[in-house]
Amino acid sequence: MPARIKKFLDSGALFIWFCGTAVAASLLMVGGVLLLIMINGLGFFWPHALVELTLKDGTHVLGELKGEEVIPYSETPEFPEGKTRVRLKVGNRDLYGLDFRWVDTDQIVSAESPKDVAAFERREWGNFYGRIREVSRGEGVVATGNQEGWKALQPLIEQANDLHEEIEHLQRDVIGDINYDIEETRLKIRELALHGQGQVPEVAELQASTEQLETRYRKHVETLRTLSHRLDEYSVVLVETNGREKRLAVGQIVKALRPNDMGFVEKILRYFMNFWSVLSEEPREANTEGGIFPAIFGTVMMVLIMSVAVVPFGVLAAFYLREYARQGLIVRVIRIAVNNLAGVPSIVFGVFGLGFFVYAVGGTIDTLFYPEALPTPTFGTGGILWASFTLALLTVPVVIVSTEEGLSAVPREYREGSLALGATKFESMLRVILPCALPGILTGLILAVARATGEVAPLMLTGVVKLAPALPLDHHFPFLHFERKFMHLGFHIFDVGFQSPNVEAAKPMVYVTTLILVMVVIGLNLSAVALRNYMQKKFKASAV
Amino acid sequence: MHAGIDALSESHQADTQVRPYATKTQTAEPTMASSERARDTNPKITVEDTDFFYGEKQALFKVALTVPTHQVTAFIGPSGCGKSTLLRCFNRLNDLVEGARITGKICLDGKDIYAPSVDVTDLRTKVGMVFQKVNPFPKSIYQNVVYGPQLQGVRRRSVLDGIVEKSLQGAGLWEEVKDRLHHSALSLSGGQQQRLCIARALAVNPEVLLMDEPCSALDPISTAKIEELLHSLKEQLTVVIVTHNMQQAARISDLTGFFLMGELIEYVETKTIFTNPSDSRTEDYVTGRFG
Repeated sequence: MPARIKKFLDSGALFIWFCGTAVAASLLMVGGVLLLIMINGLGFFWPHALVELTLKDGTHVLGELKGEEVIPYSETPEFPEGKTRVRLKVGNRDLYGLDFRWVDTDQIVSAESPKDVAAFERREWGNFYGRIREVSRGEGVVATGNQEGWKALQPLIEQANDLHEEIEHLQRDVIGDINYDIEETRLKIRELALHGQGQVPEVAELQASTEQLETRYRKHVETLRTLSHRLDEYSVVLVETNGREKRLAVGQIVKALRPNDMGFVEKILRYFMNFWSVLSEEPREANTEGGIFPAIFGTVMMVLIMSVAVVPFGVLAAFYLREYARQGLIVRVIRIAVNNLAGVPSIVFGVFGLGFFVYAVGGTIDTLFYPEALPTPTFGTGGILWASFTLALLTVPVVIVSTEEGLSAVPREYREGSLALGATKFESMLRVILPCALPGILTGLILAVARATGEVAPLMLTGVVKLAPALPLDHHFPFLHFERKFMHLGFHIFDVGFQSPNVEAAKPMVYVTTLILVMVVIGLNLSAVALRNYMQKKFKASAV
Repeated sequence: MHAGIDALSESHQADTQVRPYATKTQTAEPTMASSERARDTNPKITVEDTDFFYGEKQALFKVALTVPTHQVTAFIGPSGCGKSTLLRCFNRLNDLVEGARITGKICLDGKDIYAPSVDVTDLRTKVGMVFQKVNPFPKSIYQNVVYGPQLQGVRRRSVLDGIVEKSLQGAGLWEEVKDRLHHSALSLSGGQQQRLCIARALAVNPEVLLMDEPCSALDPISTAKIEELLHSLKEQLTVVIVTHNMQQAARISDLTGFFLMGELIEYVETKTIFTNPSDSRTEDYVTGRFG
């Protein structure tokens, strides 16, 4: 018997089982994470059906059904398993105070899905669920009743949305440009004053142009005011399920839907429209509503700047360590140090980035090149450049290690072959060794990108903000504004999930942002992999 | 240095009648007419009294020989006998080895190649090399051949095209690859790759071609092709070849040197070394008694 057990143990079958179990467990965990995020994140875009409940006390509840649960410690002889309750998103925060409501199941008399109820997405106070009583223009009534009102409302909402777009364009592009120019002129005047040239004719010229700009500014603000008034031109009286009324300017409504009246195809269409609007729009209502475009943009741009910074840096260091440095104790110590650098907690890099990049380097840049803007810091405060550099520092060990591996994998015969043809060491490296090591270098880049996209902690110290007023890329020269603060998906998750006043309502947004962050990471990784494969093909085998 | 060269050439002239090449060995009767040899033995490379060390370990002991122009010279001997080391001294590829040290003197056309004024990259364009392990770069066939010329600053496409055709023809590969010059060099067979390496070496127009066991990884047909190539190559340049294969040495070389434990035991005309070696160790080796 012991012999058989020993034979079994020696055969390694048990070991194979252990290995298989480990793989299965890992896959299960990864799959579980992805599945959870996908279900919660992708479900967010679906136009949910509305239910209207009639309760025992005669009141009604209207909202999206969000789930049913057993009330803890509620076992009674009547309900030996425990009473249950349902959770509804009832919206109408301005009327009810809360977005969500729990209703005990035994209180419900009947549940219906009336086709005539609508969900109104508003610019403030979240969704409104209910019916329309009347649509009016100023004091005059345009349409009364739910059906008539619904028909009248649709074109009005579209009109209002166009108006909003116009206002936004005016605010951001036209007035934004004027403000930008005014600020530039102010800085120029101050710069001249700092150089003791406060009296030259140029200053007077600049002041004159400032005044011109301000006149234009006032004119546009006037237009803006008229446009805003037009938003309030039409109003709608909404009524919630128990009859309480709410008067609302049509300009407050983003969109109105009757989810119970929508067909499947219509719902799918709406699903992708919702998805697109989250991807492309800016956040509203303390980030809990609207889109996350600035965060996606900031994340991608930061990773790109980081890649541009980290690759040359890491590759040069690796070339020195592997090709030029005399292999000995010192190089060994450096290598160990580099490897350990990869294990330093990222927040430590954040502190370093703040102290070194932001305060020391940025502060110096400000005193040298932007004295006219002081005391407002330009580079002496967190910004996308410093955040990217901090992450580059964080990921440079990865690039060094993979590049060194790539270099040591280049066969000695290639080096000798190149030297024997009269190449110098430098020419050999540039023309033979570097191309051969390129896959290794790009593997390093892939790992660096994967790590950098997911980092949040160091960014919080070096330039990420909850809401950035402008993207770091725009049409003002020099187009890339490295000093600007930016938004980041990882920080967005933290901010929406933990810092928002209405956590429950923000939950779907957290899942959506998480899902998109995962998609961005995968996307960036895939493009790095594609780049590597392309290079590999180009250099390894230009064969058919 | 000049004095040394003069002395050497003098001694050569004196020796020509009896011991034309090696300074260390007694050779058998000369087989060629002496006038013919005088022309042929114009020395390309001369090695004087050379010791070579890898760190503490000595790899060559007082080696001295001359390699004549437009001839194929073969080095044979068991593994680790120093023949490859000597070969790699000729283009100073041993400079890369950490702790390597050489004493004595190696001259190319009478000029000391280890003199401080020598530009190593220049030397290597004059002394090309083909390696035991086939090593075309992971680039296209065309790019492999133009690698050397491009390093020397040749940029004109038409000139490069001409070099490619000429070099590939010189290596007997042109007919096989002329339609796929821009395919990867790694798509060629082993023998073709080795001939590509020869073409690559020829592209820089070297005066000497060093070959370090060029056929040891090839099949007999590819080997035959390369051996055939050597006959035509020696019209243009001087070939020094290291080989393990004694039949190969016998087939292709004009002169053969036998190395053992870092010493040059015997260095004479090939025919002599295989038929009538003067040293018993040489005889043991060529008859297969050891090695």
